[in-house]
Amino acid sequence: MTTETVVIVGGGQAGGQAAISLRREGFDGRVILIGDEPVLPYQRPPLSKTYLAGELAGERLLIKPAAFYDKVNIEHRLAQSVIGIDASQQLISLDSGQTLYYDHLILATGGRVRQLDRPGAKHAQVHYLRSRADVDAMRDKFTPGARLVVIGGGYVGLETAAVAVKHGLKVTLLVARPAPLGRVTSPEVGRFFEDVHRQAGVTFCCNTGVESIEDDSGDGQVAAVVTDSGYRVLADIVVVGIGLLPNVELAEAAGVACDDGILVDEYGRTSVANIYAAGDCANHPSAIYQRRLRLESVQNAVDQGKTVAATICGKDKPYAQVPWFWSDQYDLKLQTAGINSGYDQAVVRGDITSRSFAVFYLREGRLLAVDAINRPAEFVVARNILSKGLGVSVARLQDERIPAKALAEMPGDTLPDRVA
Amino acid sequence: MIKVNYIESDGTHREVEVEEGVNLMDAALDNLVPGIDGDCGGVGACATCHVHVDGDWVDKLATMAASEDAMLELTDERKANSRLCCQLTASPQLDGLIVHTPVGQH
Repeated sequence: MTTETVVIVGGGQAGGQAAISLRREGFDGRVILIGDEPVLPYQRPPLSKTYLAGELAGERLLIKPAAFYDKVNIEHRLAQSVIGIDASQQLISLDSGQTLYYDHLILATGGRVRQLDRPGAKHAQVHYLRSRADVDAMRDKFTPGARLVVIGGGYVGLETAAVAVKHGLKVTLLVARPAPLGRVTSPEVGRFFEDVHRQAGVTFCCNTGVESIEDDSGDGQVAAVVTDSGYRVLADIVVVGIGLLPNVELAEAAGVACDDGILVDEYGRTSVANIYAAGDCANHPSAIYQRRLRLESVQNAVDQGKTVAATICGKDKPYAQVPWFWSDQYDLKLQTAGINSGYDQAVVRGDITSRSFAVFYLREGRLLAVDAINRPAEFVVARNILSKGLGVSVARLQDERIPAKALAEMPGDTLPDRVA
Repeated sequence: MIKVNYIESDGTHREVEVEEGVNLMDAALDNLVPGIDGDCGGVGACATCHVHVDGDWVDKLATMAASEDAMLELTDERKANSRLCCQLTASPQLDGLIVHTPVGQH
């Protein structure tokens, strides 16, 4: 019987998973999960999808029901913040004034939304979308006919626009870059989504930055978003989705090495003994891409949560999973496997206009990633190819007579194909 | 209430009462059935709620969509009776249903 204590800072997907996995791996000491939100760990992806749409009840967001934590004896301290770590004494201090000793400390501190840094950005109708409370706060503005301006063309911005337009709001979407989803996909796929949103009735403005936000009504009820192209767009509600900043301050103050996130090795260990990190805040080495990555995704949070739990239990399971992501907009499910950055060739399988196609991204003939739009079979096969390091042939990827499943069946061929 | 039986790979048997219309992944999570993770929250994006459906029950289930069929390829223990339980909804016809959670999900 161990008497060790694991303290987990952060009650999101990674923190929750780490707690669950510690018990699954057989850890029988104390597990204390500390979250600054007043709710048990819950899933964030539905926030900008079914939860915003009112199709999913709040309790359905929970990763595990409350009874689970009691059953497996996971202590939780909700609506509490950790304000300091004393790594030499292995102590953390809470905002309540309490101090807790840890044998192992997991930092699953996640991230916070990047704030719009423009005059007037503190307007009462400007919202961000990260937590359940954020969505609850904007819900009463989601009424038919209301004017919504979305700032940012990432997953959050596009998903919010899709839900809003379906609810009858008048939606204007402002994207600073030439195409949406610029950070995660190719211009081709970005423009496809732009077209889909336009067809659905969204006023979609690329290459459009925000200059300032003015109070149009004089009482904080209506905002005017002033663009750098000189337009003034009125809004009953503004939703800003311009990215996430990793929460590294606690770690940095404790002397843990950070560089775009808390630096960890493949076992989730930081530069300081007995301190680990997982999820959106963690910057890890990727065996597949041979470089460091910081990912903001459920897959990464879940798999790193499992990794640190295994490490603490002495069962080293290096983190080497293929990254994957998904987004639901209208009747489209985008599933991405891998990271496409640095690609030199984009191979389209299927017809883009049919709203069911996949784009395979290659570098020097090797597969880096796929974007599969209503093409789960291509998503699945790409995950298999990436995890096994298999070779691909451009001609076969393009040939729809070959079933997607068979694209991974190239026995012995793990070298780049030399098809031009 | 519809009775659904979840059987773990070690033989542990749990009978769970499920409200009509609730999917069998949510039902498993609500009742602390091990081996059902549902990482994506039940949108058929992760294949971590894979079950093997017992005997003749397979034929009584709603037909599998192409997307579910594709996602099942991600699982190690795919069989002819494999389903994702987030895609199965409790209905009176399924009263007494038996599903097995695969070894790999424990």
